[in-house]
Amino acid sequence: MTEPDQKHTPPPARTPVRARPAPVTLANALPWILGGLFLLAMPFIFQSNSAITIMNQMAITIIFALSYNMLLGQGGMLSFGHAVYMGVGGFLCVHIMNWGDVFALMPLPVLPVFGGVFGMGLALIVGSFSTRKAGTIFAMISLGVGELIAACSVIIVAFFGGEEGISGDRTYGLPFFGVEFLHQIEVYYLTAFWLMLSALLMFLFSRTPIGRMANAVRDNPERAEFLGYSARWVRFYSFVAAGFFAGIAGGLFAINYEILTEENLNLATSGQILLVTFLGGVGFFFGPILGAILFTLLQTVLSLQTEIWQLYVGVLFLATVMYFPGGLAGVLMMHALPLRLGRAGLLVGPYIRTLVPAVVCALGAASAMEILFHLRHAALGESEMTLFWITFDSHAPLPLAIAAVAAVAGFWLARRSAPAMAEAWHKASTPHGGAA
Amino acid sequence: MDLILVNLIDGLVTGLLLFMLSAGLTLIFSMMGVLNFAHASFYMLGAYFAYQVSVYLGFWMGLLIAPPAVGLVGAMIERYGLRRVHQYGHVPELIFTFGLALLIEEAVQFIWGKDQIAYNIPEVLQFTAFSIAGNSIPAYKVFMIFISVAIFLALLFVLTRTRVGMIIQAALSYPRTVEALGHNVPLIFMGVFGVGTGLAGVAGVIAGPVLSTFPGMAVVLGSIVFVTIVIGGLGSLWGALVASLLIGWITTFAKSYNLRMEDLLTGIGFSRPEPIWDSAWADLWTLTSPQIADILPYLLMILILAFRPYGLFGKRDV
Repeated sequence: MTEPDQKHTPPPARTPVRARPAPVTLANALPWILGGLFLLAMPFIFQSNSAITIMNQMAITIIFALSYNMLLGQGGMLSFGHAVYMGVGGFLCVHIMNWGDVFALMPLPVLPVFGGVFGMGLALIVGSFSTRKAGTIFAMISLGVGELIAACSVIIVAFFGGEEGISGDRTYGLPFFGVEFLHQIEVYYLTAFWLMLSALLMFLFSRTPIGRMANAVRDNPERAEFLGYSARWVRFYSFVAAGFFAGIAGGLFAINYEILTEENLNLATSGQILLVTFLGGVGFFFGPILGAILFTLLQTVLSLQTEIWQLYVGVLFLATVMYFPGGLAGVLMMHALPLRLGRAGLLVGPYIRTLVPAVVCALGAASAMEILFHLRHAALGESEMTLFWITFDSHAPLPLAIAAVAAVAGFWLARRSAPAMAEAWHKASTPHGGAA
Repeated sequence: MDLILVNLIDGLVTGLLLFMLSAGLTLIFSMMGVLNFAHASFYMLGAYFAYQVSVYLGFWMGLLIAPPAVGLVGAMIERYGLRRVHQYGHVPELIFTFGLALLIEEAVQFIWGKDQIAYNIPEVLQFTAFSIAGNSIPAYKVFMIFISVAIFLALLFVLTRTRVGMIIQAALSYPRTVEALGHNVPLIFMGVFGVGTGLAGVAGVIAGPVLSTFPGMAVVLGSIVFVTIVIGGLGSLWGALVASLLIGWITTFAKSYNLRMEDLLTGIGFSRPEPIWDSAWADLWTLTSPQIADILPYLLMILILAFRPYGLFGKRDV
């Protein structure tokens, strides 16, 4: 799970040699076993209903983001309409839920398969003409198809239910070993099971020859064509597989929320998954998982604290694109080399000297924003606000001045020690301290 | 006949408005190869800047000040944001502008709030210019047409008749050669980005009062602008003009003539199922052209991309 995707495909063998499958060793399986145990244990650590709801949402977002990364990270296809495949899968699952006779004979855990197959079906159709090219043309077609289907949702009322969407009841299904999925916790285990299964399948897909070729086509389609592979069909298979897993995520969404609306199809949702995946990091398989966890936490926890959380997320996203194109996973994996060389200790001091002022700067800037926002948009006559457990008058100049000074001072200090950090990092990631 | 004329004028206004956005977008694309996802956000910024100026100095100063201000913001973003991302390739650039669109929307909500603001047509223009068989055409629409046409002509003049325009055109096709001749190509890029976003700003200033100014206005127009330049052919100014007018007229006519699927289906010999709401084909039977007016451009774009990826007037592949 922690293995980086190979950025460059190995040089082609001159004689056709069948690649031997990597043996399943304990080291390979360990992340998966730990992940599974972690998923089993989570509900015992966080027992409240709201925490379980957040975890369900997280699991669904992880599957969706992993499926998106099959396109963006592994296949180099930027899609602005991936929500559509998740959406239609979810819509179909709700229809099955409402189809009493059939649903009564079907255990609920099977339901996402139908969502997946339906998502895959749509991907087959759209992929047949959209995967001819990657890059901008693919992005544009995905945008057009996405907008088209989202707009259709208010026209084709029979399937999409118009503006109010459609809703169902998951508990009418055939009881699964006596479980009727009345409780959130039961849904959690169902979702967790599908999360493990689909994550494993997607990981294995990325290790198959077709998954490897997707990387090759992403990096150099021309060369892949010269090797005798059709870039278009390689993209097509990735696209269809991504549609399948998006449909699975949609089915789980239907089970979890029991309602789907136009919102599940539109550009905002498609854009959000791009944001999630990119924040997590597109270069590594586990990147989108980190992104989904981080984003869901921001979405649920931060949005309770502040009204302008989306502004922060936007700034974070732009900063990631500009300065850390590898995302969170990329930043973490930058430290693999220093750790392997046993020189990570060199980094601790410079990190503290730079990151502490940087955090102060961020908090100061955020406080200043909060105060300004309160100043502009609070109800008339309301001038008291609470920030970091301190209650003060937002109309007084002092708090704003403190926040601004903290932001500027933090920025200045971080900026001053940044070169030292870069140097320390360079030293730590080269053997013999870069002297050689 | 009269209705056709009225619709032609309405479609022309929509089309020219779209053109002001798509002209900048297509110029930016042909120069830097990047599709600016945030282009409609600059249009929104134009409307908001003009509103802020008009609060103090009135509409006309807003029209004068806001577009250069938007262009300046655009140029700064190109200089300090986009140029940095350029090294990673086109896809990260597209992602960057996508994030920029999100951020600008949030920033606008942060400053001006989530509700629609009271940015109105100036009183001087609040009269009926003329009327066609009882349908009055407001003077503001005429004003919008004049501004758009004037800007198009000015753009055409600058691009084809001046030295600056020649350098820009050369830099579009052979950036390296132009750089070797001693021109500062990054500066030209920044300038074009600034002018393109400034044009979007003008569109925002004059469209804000009629299409209402609210934080979602960029999203409403954003994807349509893309569709326009893809249909017209990326990088082609004439293509952008034709596609804008085409989309403007198609949507206006689809909205004003209530063509019903029912008539079409009975016309070719199907019989209407009764009762209609119980039928599996109810949605098809009740389909009307105003309903699908907004998705026609997307349909057109997908057809174009699938069958003629160069667009109507484009010379190069997307």
